[in-house]
Amino acid sequence: MARLQRKARLQHPAAWWLWGLGLATAASRTTDPVLLLLVIGVCLLVVDERHDPATVNPLPAFLAIGAAVVAFRIVMTALLGNGIVGETVVLTLPSVPLPDWAAGVRVGGTVTLESLLYAAYDALRLAAVLACLGAANALASPRRLLRYLPATLYDVGTAVVVGLTFAPQLLTDAREVRAARTLRGRDGRGLREMARLTVPVLETAFERSLGLAASMESRGYGRAVRSTTTSRRTATGLALAGLVGVLAGLYGLLDSSAGGVLGLPVLVLGTLLAGSSLLVGASRDPRSGHRRDRWTWTETVTVVAGAVPGAVLVVGSVQGWEGIVPSQRAELPAVPLIAVLALLVAATPAWLSPRPREVAP
Amino acid sequence: MITFEHVSVQYADAPAPSLRDVTLEIPEGELVLVVGPTGSGKSTLLRTINGLVPHFSGGTLTGRVTVDGLDTAGHRPRDLATVVGLVEQNPSSTFVTDVVEDEVAYGMETMGLDSTTIRRRVEETLDLFGLTPLRGRALRTLSGGQQQRVAIAALFAAGPRVLVLDEPTSALDPVAAEEVLASLHRIVHDLGVTVVLAEHRLERVVHHADRVVLVDEGHVSELLDPAEAMLRSQIYPPVVGLSRLVGWSPTPLSIRDARRKAAALRDALGTSTPRPVADLRVIGPADAVIVDRLRVSRGGRIVLDGVDLAVARGSVTTLMGRNGAGKSTLLGAIAAQHRLVGGTVRVGAEGVDPHARSARERVRTVGLVPQQPELLLYADTVAAECTAADADFGAAPGTARGLLDRISGGIDPAVHPRDLSEGQRLELALAVILSGSPEVLLLDEPTRGLDYGAKKRLGEMLTGLAAQGTTVLLATHDVELAAEVADRVVILADGEVVTDGPAREVLASSPAFAPQVTKVLLPQTWLTVAEVAGALARIA
Repeated sequence: MARLQRKARLQHPAAWWLWGLGLATAASRTTDPVLLLLVIGVCLLVVDERHDPATVNPLPAFLAIGAAVVAFRIVMTALLGNGIVGETVVLTLPSVPLPDWAAGVRVGGTVTLESLLYAAYDALRLAAVLACLGAANALASPRRLLRYLPATLYDVGTAVVVGLTFAPQLLTDAREVRAARTLRGRDGRGLREMARLTVPVLETAFERSLGLAASMESRGYGRAVRSTTTSRRTATGLALAGLVGVLAGLYGLLDSSAGGVLGLPVLVLGTLLAGSSLLVGASRDPRSGHRRDRWTWTETVTVVAGAVPGAVLVVGSVQGWEGIVPSQRAELPAVPLIAVLALLVAATPAWLSPRPREVAP
Repeated sequence: MITFEHVSVQYADAPAPSLRDVTLEIPEGELVLVVGPTGSGKSTLLRTINGLVPHFSGGTLTGRVTVDGLDTAGHRPRDLATVVGLVEQNPSSTFVTDVVEDEVAYGMETMGLDSTTIRRRVEETLDLFGLTPLRGRALRTLSGGQQQRVAIAALFAAGPRVLVLDEPTSALDPVAAEEVLASLHRIVHDLGVTVVLAEHRLERVVHHADRVVLVDEGHVSELLDPAEAMLRSQIYPPVVGLSRLVGWSPTPLSIRDARRKAAALRDALGTSTPRPVADLRVIGPADAVIVDRLRVSRGGRIVLDGVDLAVARGSVTTLMGRNGAGKSTLLGAIAAQHRLVGGTVRVGAEGVDPHARSARERVRTVGLVPQQPELLLYADTVAAECTAADADFGAAPGTARGLLDRISGGIDPAVHPRDLSEGQRLELALAVILSGSPEVLLLDEPTRGLDYGAKKRLGEMLTGLAAQGTTVLLATHDVELAAEVADRVVILADGEVVTDGPAREVLASSPAFAPQVTKVLLPQTWLTVAEVAGALARIA
């Protein structure tokens, strides 16, 4: 096949977010470390190939949080146990005797490899879901996604933009405040120091967020000039109902214990409601687009590439394939080949999607 | 175009109203400059124009503000966006998109213009503001001046009849400030846009203004002729100070006008020479800061490339240069805030390497007041902040408080540090850092947001500190402050030292960094009004 020289452009943000959602669904359904690491690897690969160079790549921050989650879970499990009885004792910590009423709780004592592995796998699942979220963030800035939110949902939009700016800014601020702390002769380590840093960091971030909200307001964000009160209320009502539906559905999908049967229909219903609110809002939306993103076949391919592993792993977990939830023994987990292949499909957009715009440094 | 009828604004917890009974009418196509000390109500006045006060800020507004016939009581800021554009002090915190072109288009998208119109106006606006070479750039990679220009362009593209700007040049170097002002000048003169702007650095803007409004403690004057306003105003640029000293009439506002009148003054000053500041104190002989072939990289980019610098003990040295030249990084590297790629830093009488010391030991030798002084402040009252500072630096109880009382004109100890004015916050941060009695004091851009009064106090304090043997190194864009306090000026460009010499020589010979008095009296090299006044007094 001849190499097509496609014009560099950014894919439709919704495509990347749906892709990320599919991959996250897949990750949430398994605790197999091989599969989860594969998910993280796919995220890294696609982000490396296709992330938007105009924004700071947030994936490393998400991975760092994921790593912190894993470390925290392992330490807590070693200290407090997690109810998993294992045979392979790794080490024995001095145990703290607790009174009778605290039966069932232990502090210290023997630490088994099985309980540690269980905790690590479980935390790794969360880390992988975080990586999917980080990847979607890096591939399509949420601010671009927000352009598709109708003006009728003004308040939601402002809250989301401010929230999205808040989180990454918080990291920058924390770094700055900590650096400034050393100027007062403190090294910013230790719990007490951390507590002291919280207030100025939050204050700075809040001030900044408020400034951004004021700027959006004075630049005309949310001018629903041609909409009527009724249509605005209908759209907001539908959107709220839809949002609740989507969240409940996602919860059902992501948490297998809540019953996967209910998850999908609720998600579909929620999406329909949210979609109709978008339609009601958009039909009266006076905003226009400067170079709106197009939806071409690459967008469809991207969404499908995300949906495939999601669907395969949901089926796998419902049918209880071997290896999707590894056994609680200290041994190498079985790796279901179909799941691996499905996850590899998710990596294809790294080459199939168009190259992102080039931004001068 | 904009009318105020008996407008008063009272914020919920404020003891006094921020604006009192303002009646004002601003005609179309004027460039109006709002002048007043910090906390006088300038920002509130600007924000009432597009309704952010009170719709967004809270508080009670009585009276009526109308813009182009629209009453702000009945129109929210977002509805007024087609009429008024507001440019904030710090543009980077107000960007809604990631790339220059998207940012320029954003306002038009929210207004629902059709896409061919948007295309056309994006192109026109980029050309008008000279941003075409930057169109594909990521906003976060732009320099301060470029960001400010993008912010103005983005608002302008949406086609408002009024532009409101709050201190558009206070964070910019002199050249970038000129670029911003030139853009403003063009849209006022060629396109008839009404511009209302507040600015502390009057020396940069007053000659561009058609009309001036004086604000003081919530009272607002009527529209005044700039020359007349400068005669009445408490705060004025050095060229007006010179005019007041010599008694020129009418008051010249631009360098060009002043030079036309200055021939007699130059003759009168004749052969007398300015008294250098440094004569009054002991400088050197040893160096308090020695930087040798310093290389620092930030975010994968070399910011400082082989910088050599020696700062004499007890001197005041200013670091100048464009936004992004590496001034802050150099100060940060001396205070061990950034890791070095190469080179060495030695500080203090004992030649301490700050990078090899713990934070606790380091603060005895070198203290840095960062660009945002609030980063240093954690407590919820000024008094608690001072107590914490004593504990942090192991100073005797009451040290920080005593320093603060000496530095500031009296700050209420029960106030929250975030509620202080910019100037007071800087003074508090300075008192905190000075509690460690560092041998070397570094200040990063201390005059941002300071009015002339606060700046004067800062200048006096720095010279006082130097007289007691503290070495002061400050990075600033403010040539007038440099003229007041500096013994030496070092100019950085692209991470290298390009000029290093006595303040008088460097400032007088540089077109960008020469203070106003120098520009008026060249070829004589006077730096400040005070120097001229002193010489005239000696002659008389």
